[in-house]
Amino acid sequence: MKRSQTNRIMYEFNLALVPGCLVMIYIFGFGVLINVTTVVATVVLCEYLVFKVRALPKRNILDGSAVATGLLLGLTLPPLLPTWMVILGSIFSILIVKHAYGGLGNNLFNPAMAGFAVLVVSFPMAMSKWSAPFVDMNLAKTLEIKIGSPKIDGTTSATPLDEFKFREKVTTEEYWDPNRTKNWRVWALINLVYLLSGAYLLYKGLCKWHAPIAMLSTLTLLSTIFYDGGSSASLGSPLFHLFSGATMLGAFFILSDPVTSPNTSVGQIIFGIGIAILTFSIRTIGAYPEGIAFAVLLMNGATPLINYLVLHK
Amino acid sequence: MPHQVCKLPRRVNEAVAILLTTIFVNNFVTIQFLGIRPLLGASQKIDSATGMMFATTFVLTLASAASFTVESYILRPLDLQYLRIIVLIIIIASLVQFFELIIRTTHPRLHAMLVTFVPLITTNCAVLGVALINIRETNSFINSVVFGFGAAIGYSLVLIIFTAIQGQQRNSAIPRVFRGAAISMITAGLLSLAFMGFTGIS
Repeated sequence: MKRSQTNRIMYEFNLALVPGCLVMIYIFGFGVLINVTTVVATVVLCEYLVFKVRALPKRNILDGSAVATGLLLGLTLPPLLPTWMVILGSIFSILIVKHAYGGLGNNLFNPAMAGFAVLVVSFPMAMSKWSAPFVDMNLAKTLEIKIGSPKIDGTTSATPLDEFKFREKVTTEEYWDPNRTKNWRVWALINLVYLLSGAYLLYKGLCKWHAPIAMLSTLTLLSTIFYDGGSSASLGSPLFHLFSGATMLGAFFILSDPVTSPNTSVGQIIFGIGIAILTFSIRTIGAYPEGIAFAVLLMNGATPLINYLVLHK
Repeated sequence: MPHQVCKLPRRVNEAVAILLTTIFVNNFVTIQFLGIRPLLGASQKIDSATGMMFATTFVLTLASAASFTVESYILRPLDLQYLRIIVLIIIIASLVQFFELIIRTTHPRLHAMLVTFVPLITTNCAVLGVALINIRETNSFINSVVFGFGAAIGYSLVLIIFTAIQGQQRNSAIPRVFRGAAISMITAGLLSLAFMGFTGIS
């Protein structure tokens, strides 16, 4: 594939992330904007340094893949996460996960998801604090929290996945009650926007349908099988699993990465099914509220094996 | 497990829980960091990895069964637990040799597949690791055999994933300074990170 063509595809991909990005900025305020800007800037800077050290042609820096990694990582981080953590995660994802393997096209793991996972494992408290939607907070206040003293009491609230993880004896009907689980509408809206952007990607042929569709249908199937009609011990309804957390962002923008997913259609379907099963298990019986990042990393690791098995069958 | 999927006798449930926990949550390689050497020196061939997998399963299951028996019927009654490490090493090594002799005469083809790998894995720290952790964690013979088997399956899973990764990396553009052991260590670290997602599943 020619370089200019890769550039065009990457930029259309990035463009498809913009609506979701705007909606999240509208809902969660300047924090999202600061995160995305910080991550993209750090990532591009690191990329520049790597190209300088390795004496590679610098015109590849703006090929769009680094910006895509930056956007994806920036959109998955909590809006009020301290900025130094944001920068740390970005550096890890680009230097270690991408460039130690030789840069674009050679990386084994998805850089954005690895950056996210390393932050979740290292700073579980900070990473579990999502800001409350529609809090009246100006740019100066946001910057003060993100760079200065992190006094974020009263500005954060649990995401639907958090509430689901720590709910006790709450039936699904009570769980959907807007007075109890305040944020599910907001998160459903975000997921809906990503679903529409994903549909656009598929329509334009910018990503293959196999992995996303396999993942979403397996997730639906699993949550239907294990849904017991809404008792307090239920593992969540299909609607809940499809429209909370990073389901849609993950399905269309992360699973579709051609570098870190299997290179055959059959392989991609296996890849998607595996991610759905792992995500469902981590969300329902694991310790972390959201499992997409870990599931993607595990299946990235298994990708060479899937390639081998599909090829040698 | 908070959610009982199906009603099974308690002991079966317990065994299944031990099996899944040792494969994923407490994976021997990625979470407990045991037996890493054969991983980094993997031959990049799936075929030999398969031989290694069978050998590991054989040795680790045997080691778990032996360690439980020796601990509960010899060492604990005689109050000799301070001899545990020496006794276990000798008994496991000789048991493996003994079973190898039996397999050589009864199943020559199976033996031909195992013969290169059994000595490799027997001297690995994972074997003593499985024996010692097993004594601490399990409370019946069946559970300890399941524990050893699960540890071996978890080990095999990571081994074959890792072998496939190394096979693919032969043709990739990894910078010269990172080639070989360096990139394998980074990959192992990132796989570990991925396995940490299973934390808390029990």
